[in-house]
Amino acid sequence: MDLDFNIDEQAFRDEVRKFLAAELPDDIRDRMHRGDHSHIRTDIQQWQKILHAKGWGAPAWPVAFGGTGWSKTQQYIFENECALADAPAQLAFGVKMVAPVIMRFGTPEQQQTFLPRILAADDWWCQGYSEPGSGSDLASLKMKAERDGDEYVLNGQKVWNTLGQYADWIFCLVRTDATGKPQKGISFLLIDMKTPGITVRPTRLLDGTFEVNEIWFDNVRVPVTNRIGEENQGWTYAKFLLGHERTNIAGIGASKRELRRLKQMAASQPKDGVTMLQDPVFATRIAQVEMELRALEITNMRVIFAEAKKQAPGPEASMLKIRGTEILQRISELQVDLLGADALAHGGDGDEAARSAKAYLNLRKLSIFGGSNEIQRNIIAHMILGL
Amino acid sequence: MDFSFTDEQQMLLDTTRRFIAERYDFEFRKRVRDSHDGWSRETWTQLADLGLLALTIPEQDGGIGAGPVGAMLVCNAIGEGMLLEPFLSSAIVASQAIVDMGSQQQREQWLPQLAAGELIAVLAHDESSTRNDPLNIQTSAVMDANGWLLNGRKSAVYHAPAANLLLVSARTEDDELGLFVVPADTAGVRLIPCVTVDEQRAAVAVFEDVRIDAGARLGGRADEALLAVLDYGLAALCAEAFGAMEKILAATIEYSRARVQFGAPIGSFQALQHRMAEMLMYLEQARSMSYLATSHCTNSDPLERRAALSAAKALMGQAARFIGQQAVQLHGGMGMTDELNVSHYFKRLLAFELRCGTTDQHLENYRKQLAVV
Repeated sequence: MDLDFNIDEQAFRDEVRKFLAAELPDDIRDRMHRGDHSHIRTDIQQWQKILHAKGWGAPAWPVAFGGTGWSKTQQYIFENECALADAPAQLAFGVKMVAPVIMRFGTPEQQQTFLPRILAADDWWCQGYSEPGSGSDLASLKMKAERDGDEYVLNGQKVWNTLGQYADWIFCLVRTDATGKPQKGISFLLIDMKTPGITVRPTRLLDGTFEVNEIWFDNVRVPVTNRIGEENQGWTYAKFLLGHERTNIAGIGASKRELRRLKQMAASQPKDGVTMLQDPVFATRIAQVEMELRALEITNMRVIFAEAKKQAPGPEASMLKIRGTEILQRISELQVDLLGADALAHGGDGDEAARSAKAYLNLRKLSIFGGSNEIQRNIIAHMILGL
Repeated sequence: MDFSFTDEQQMLLDTTRRFIAERYDFEFRKRVRDSHDGWSRETWTQLADLGLLALTIPEQDGGIGAGPVGAMLVCNAIGEGMLLEPFLSSAIVASQAIVDMGSQQQREQWLPQLAAGELIAVLAHDESSTRNDPLNIQTSAVMDANGWLLNGRKSAVYHAPAANLLLVSARTEDDELGLFVVPADTAGVRLIPCVTVDEQRAAVAVFEDVRIDAGARLGGRADEALLAVLDYGLAALCAEAFGAMEKILAATIEYSRARVQFGAPIGSFQALQHRMAEMLMYLEQARSMSYLATSHCTNSDPLERRAALSAAKALMGQAARFIGQQAVQLHGGMGMTDELNVSHYFKRLLAFELRCGTTDQHLENYRKQLAVV
């Protein structure tokens, strides 16, 4: 048993750090650090192109598709270091979500068409899963796709579509058969966002940002060749996607970065002749979350170690998701609590107080998206505890 | 990064588990608990025969030299079986004190007998004054022409009634902390026996003009060395507690599958499922912290070591409390009875929370070393 990275893993971490110090553009780093998402599209694209030029555009892909071929541990190190360095997160919908599905279930034509463009940030992908009546109960989705010759005709609505306002492509779960079990009649389609009949309507969120959209489909015609795999087998592909690429689900790097920021903030906030980092009450709250993060870091590495041996991500990822999101939300709460009334100046641009309050509001999403934390508890109860 | 165990380490775990399954089931344990001494000499001899009493004694001293990871795995099993014998007290803590602090001669004198199960030693350290400062020892050791003279009082020392040797921490005239080997039958040693909340045997140890040899001191200035021994023991105690937590959760899941109310197993109700999912997350975080404690308990940097151990004890204490309380709750009235093992694990976990520094004390230790990095 050895909790530390070995020599090779340390060397890899140093290499990633060196790369980040040299190649991450200062203006992007600065915007990410300040929580400024005004250039989010170009920031993510530019960073993806830099990663791609280095050959690191797809950390989890096999070499054959232009990936790095890195081990799970290397992927984990890479993602943590990127988060700690304030690099933009890669756009998950392309590299991490639809790409593995295309690799596993797509045709050679689909692979040749889409994968290189995902890698090079030529296409911006988004996801069409949730519907107004289908959130946690995703399989109840109703968006209709009716066959008409070589095309499907789509009618319906998707919600909680993240960053789709910039998207070139969307992957959607659609209803191709409404007669049997809900899971049996779903298909997985790749849709060009320029197709006539698609309307994107951004949803204003509680922090004033426009991160998610409603998308309306009105007689949208999609070639059958854009279907992944078999008709009515989409649920299988969706489950594959959900179970895939969860090495970073605990968000250890982001939590470490925000904890570092919290401690810096506390150390510069005077109180009773010392700072808030020495204040027994407040510092105890920091200590509590730091200890939990330390434990989760080890738990995460244990899961990675186990996965590397059996080559399949398990339901343990649900634990990482719950605890990881709880920790990051708690750190964000502490930042706001530390600032106190200063955090009320919500509208101000660029200053720390405004960033903290907005982040606190925005990060409520963590325990809701990607399968709410309550759904994750159901998964733990059923899949791990066997209840 | 490697979370595997060597074949030898795995064998230690398997051997201890098999021994407990075959020789120390819950009914046997109850008989031991209710016996006069509250522990089993027969079991102790069997543990010696298995080599487990030589577990962490280095090979050059005639032991197995299994190190902290070996100790962790064996203590996992000890916690699963809730053994009442002085394994942690003697085979881990006292042995480690002699290994770390004893001279060659002292090691040769005591370690083989400890390993063979012929001698039992316990560390008599805590006093009412050490609750918030482990080195605030009031017991005094005065050197004169005839050796050392000890006076003082130690709070409930686990397994002291079973011990042949007491390793007593005391303050010398030049305000140095020292550790002294005191045979339990020395004149002036008085033990006031008690039963702990987890039904182990202990005693308050009173030393009144206890006269021991000049050569009975283990090593010299003991401050740092003692803290290191305490942390070594704490890592093993964490491992024990983890074993108990794992078992009490397993018992709860099993019970929730079997217990039918409203026409369905209570484990099918979402309110209880989510509670048990929460217990599992506490458990897995506790396992990670037990690993952290084990891998840092011999860290040569005392600040890093103490931060890791305090983080582990605090978080595992919280886990023990949540898992223990919820296990009793989910068992309903049955969780309150002496009949099921749940209440026994619950008490063992309560003792864990309170021993070797409470959850709050370790949280405070950790808080005090917070720094911007």
